[in-house]
Amino acid sequence: MALGSILIAAIAFPFAAHALGWDYYVGVMTRVMIYALAASSLNLVLGYGGMISFGHAAFFGAGAYCVAILAQEGVVSALVAWPLAVAVGVACALVIGAVSLRTRGLYFIMITLAFAQMLYYFFVSLKAYGGEDGINLAARSRLPGFDLRDETTFYLVVLAILAGCLYFLRRLAASRFGAVLHGIRENEPRMTALGYPTYRYRLVCFTVAGGAAGLAGALIVNQHGFVSPGLLDWTQSGTLLIMLILGGVGWLYGGVAGAAAMLLLEEVLSHWTGYWKLGLGIVLLLVVLRAPGGLGGWLARGGARG
Amino acid sequence: MNALLLLEQGLNGLQFGLMLFLLAAGLTLVFGVMDMVNLAHGSLYMIGAYLMATAAQATGSFWIALPLAMAATAAIGMALESGLLRRLYERDHLSQVLATFALILIANDLVRMIWGPQALLLDAPRALARTIEVIPGAPYPAFRAFIIGVGLAVAAALYWMIARTRIGALVRAGASNREMALALGVNVKRLFTLVFGLGAALCALAGAMLGPLLAVQIGMGEAILIQAFVVVVIGGIGSIRGALVGALLVGMVDTIGRAFLPALLRGFLPNNIADALGPTLAAMAIYILMAAVLYWKPTGLFPARG
Amino acid sequence: MAEPLLEVRRLFRHFGGVVATDHLDLAVREGGVHALIGPNGAGKTTLIAQICGEVEPDSGRILFAGRDITGLPAHERVALGLGRSFQITRIFRGLTARDNIALAVQARSGSSMRFWRPVAAERALAEESDVVLAGLGMGASAGLAAGSLPHADQRRLEVALALACRPRLLLLDEPLAGMGAEDAQAMIGLIAQLKQRTTILMVEHDMDAVFRLADVISVLVGGAVIASGAPQAIRDDPEVKRAYLGEEAA
Repeated sequence: MALGSILIAAIAFPFAAHALGWDYYVGVMTRVMIYALAASSLNLVLGYGGMISFGHAAFFGAGAYCVAILAQEGVVSALVAWPLAVAVGVACALVIGAVSLRTRGLYFIMITLAFAQMLYYFFVSLKAYGGEDGINLAARSRLPGFDLRDETTFYLVVLAILAGCLYFLRRLAASRFGAVLHGIRENEPRMTALGYPTYRYRLVCFTVAGGAAGLAGALIVNQHGFVSPGLLDWTQSGTLLIMLILGGVGWLYGGVAGAAAMLLLEEVLSHWTGYWKLGLGIVLLLVVLRAPGGLGGWLARGGARG
Repeated sequence: MNALLLLEQGLNGLQFGLMLFLLAAGLTLVFGVMDMVNLAHGSLYMIGAYLMATAAQATGSFWIALPLAMAATAAIGMALESGLLRRLYERDHLSQVLATFALILIANDLVRMIWGPQALLLDAPRALARTIEVIPGAPYPAFRAFIIGVGLAVAAALYWMIARTRIGALVRAGASNREMALALGVNVKRLFTLVFGLGAALCALAGAMLGPLLAVQIGMGEAILIQAFVVVVIGGIGSIRGALVGALLVGMVDTIGRAFLPALLRGFLPNNIADALGPTLAAMAIYILMAAVLYWKPTGLFPARG
Repeated sequence: MAEPLLEVRRLFRHFGGVVATDHLDLAVREGGVHALIGPNGAGKTTLIAQICGEVEPDSGRILFAGRDITGLPAHERVALGLGRSFQITRIFRGLTARDNIALAVQARSGSSMRFWRPVAAERALAEESDVVLAGLGMGASAGLAAGSLPHADQRRLEVALALACRPRLLLLDEPLAGMGAEDAQAMIGLIAQLKQRTTILMVEHDMDAVFRLADVISVLVGGAVIASGAPQAIRDDPEVKRAYLGEEAA
């Protein structure tokens, strides 16, 4: 099975990389996986929930800040900081979702964006925690039994978390809740006429995704060692959206494929030229024009044969 | 609170609002008539500013450079529309987001390639580098007053065009019901290209006017794009009148908020809290305004579509 | 005398300057088919929307089984026994007919805030869906994609979805819409069967169907009910003839 072999390759990768002296790439792949988690949480909102959110980076950044602030205050246990990052993501998503989900279409997009901007300015105003410049992570989170300062260990922990979350997403999509989400996405008035409180289901979906994004944030600040309000900027939300669209909205592995494609492309292009954004932009345009449905759609049509 | 200061900031708010209107008008027309989300609108503004700065350098005259820059940007906009963007009209909004986001990346790198990473210098015309007395006893920078004049003239011209000419009628028909316009046999392709060109010219005008006040640099489009979107949402999609009212509201709230909110808060909050809260609330003000408007009027103030 | 199943009292709703529902009174008794007819623009759609909870009335009351449901959100009215089919088919085209019905059955069998167990494993849902479909003569199409069904079957599925909610009052919004003569006859037969099982409030333009099926007819003109009674009485009513029936088939 293709999935099994990818998983085995992923587990083997850091060891192989170390043997070949490519330790730098372990960090690159860790970053890919964390963004894959963030993009997959957006997939839950957009692909499964049918909600186009342009403010998802807010939960990503809030989770990152949670861990960074706790670290600055001396709390570095991952068992405390990471669940709290999830809780922060959930709380923000609950508040923002409760208000935003009363609107539709472009207005929903703009309101989610507006709230994300407000959160951005909120973190800018936190002078004690770096303000506009952001803060460094005082120390990597401590997970009992694992030394997260070791790149390979951190990589494997992130891999485990990503795999676990994807598995949960898969079960969710096949569950009663997933069936309801599908129905709401396809024909909301019909769902209301069947007796489903659609607002409630959307809100739960939005909130769970916010929590997952918060977790991704906890991981990214560990990876980068740094967080700034820029992580909540609308262009970051846009980047997550682009990754997901590139990978395939609504496809279980859309977030993973898109994050991998975009970040690896960025990595490869930036070795060639300082103008890698140009190359990335051209590739994205080609994808939109030639491969709607992103990588997931392309694969579904038979890949190279398509 | 100083009455003179209030007047000056009021005029600044009017000036900023009118420039936002130039951007929002093009954006709302494109969204209303062609049903397209165009994230690259800010890039046209940036290109317009860069072309203006270059032309002003080359010809030594602000007045000669202005129509050149506007014409060139309009041409670029129309070429972009007929070459690429028109393939996106039938696509879903997400694909449009992906494609126009790609254009932002491409535009930023192309500008960096051609002009380099440094900000460009654009000077206000010498004839306007003084103050005039808008109200006797209250000197105000002549260039800013000129901007207000230009903004009002464009608003009037746009109103006349939309309300009184045949093209305007076509645009209004298109904005309120695209299928109907198509059914009536309107030469849709040409109309769309013209609408896009007009929007691009307005972007260039705004870029040329604001260039001397803000910086002409890469990424200037992204910051103002968000504000333009807020204006469009507040005003109602497809409505020029809405864009004007929305722009004035946003311009005023943002400018006066930033100028007076911190001082206002000091009146009844301890100084250190007021100093932290003030600028944050001021930055958030336009988003709070948008959320408030959407709460009462979920489709904006003057939606063109039913 | 038993109280009516559905009662609408002095319902009023305007949009801008236009009055869509003008102090409308309506009573639907339990059992049988109550038809709602009227010319275009009479306000039938707005009335249905208010009964279902999609539109909030400006004033007036709606009572269902004696309970005031005027302020109740649309989705909560379903649990009380109000089911509806849409004039424009609203089925889940990407799902099989069985999965369509399963969603309806799922809604009234326990919470759907379940995130782990696969719904496909719930045999009871699929079995009950098959029963519902068979009851409407659609047993053979259960495994087919709803979007691939012929129009008449999609309209049947539309009704089936409403029926799967086990409603006390089934609101059918132009069930014969867009149907040819043969399919229309089949649908009329279907509704005749259904009226044994549930009370039906039906909005229809097809006068043949109305006079064959209805036990009571209410005529809606200009946002108000101008006449209500047995089909023959309505047919003979001079005011109705003048306002509406005169234009329709004799």
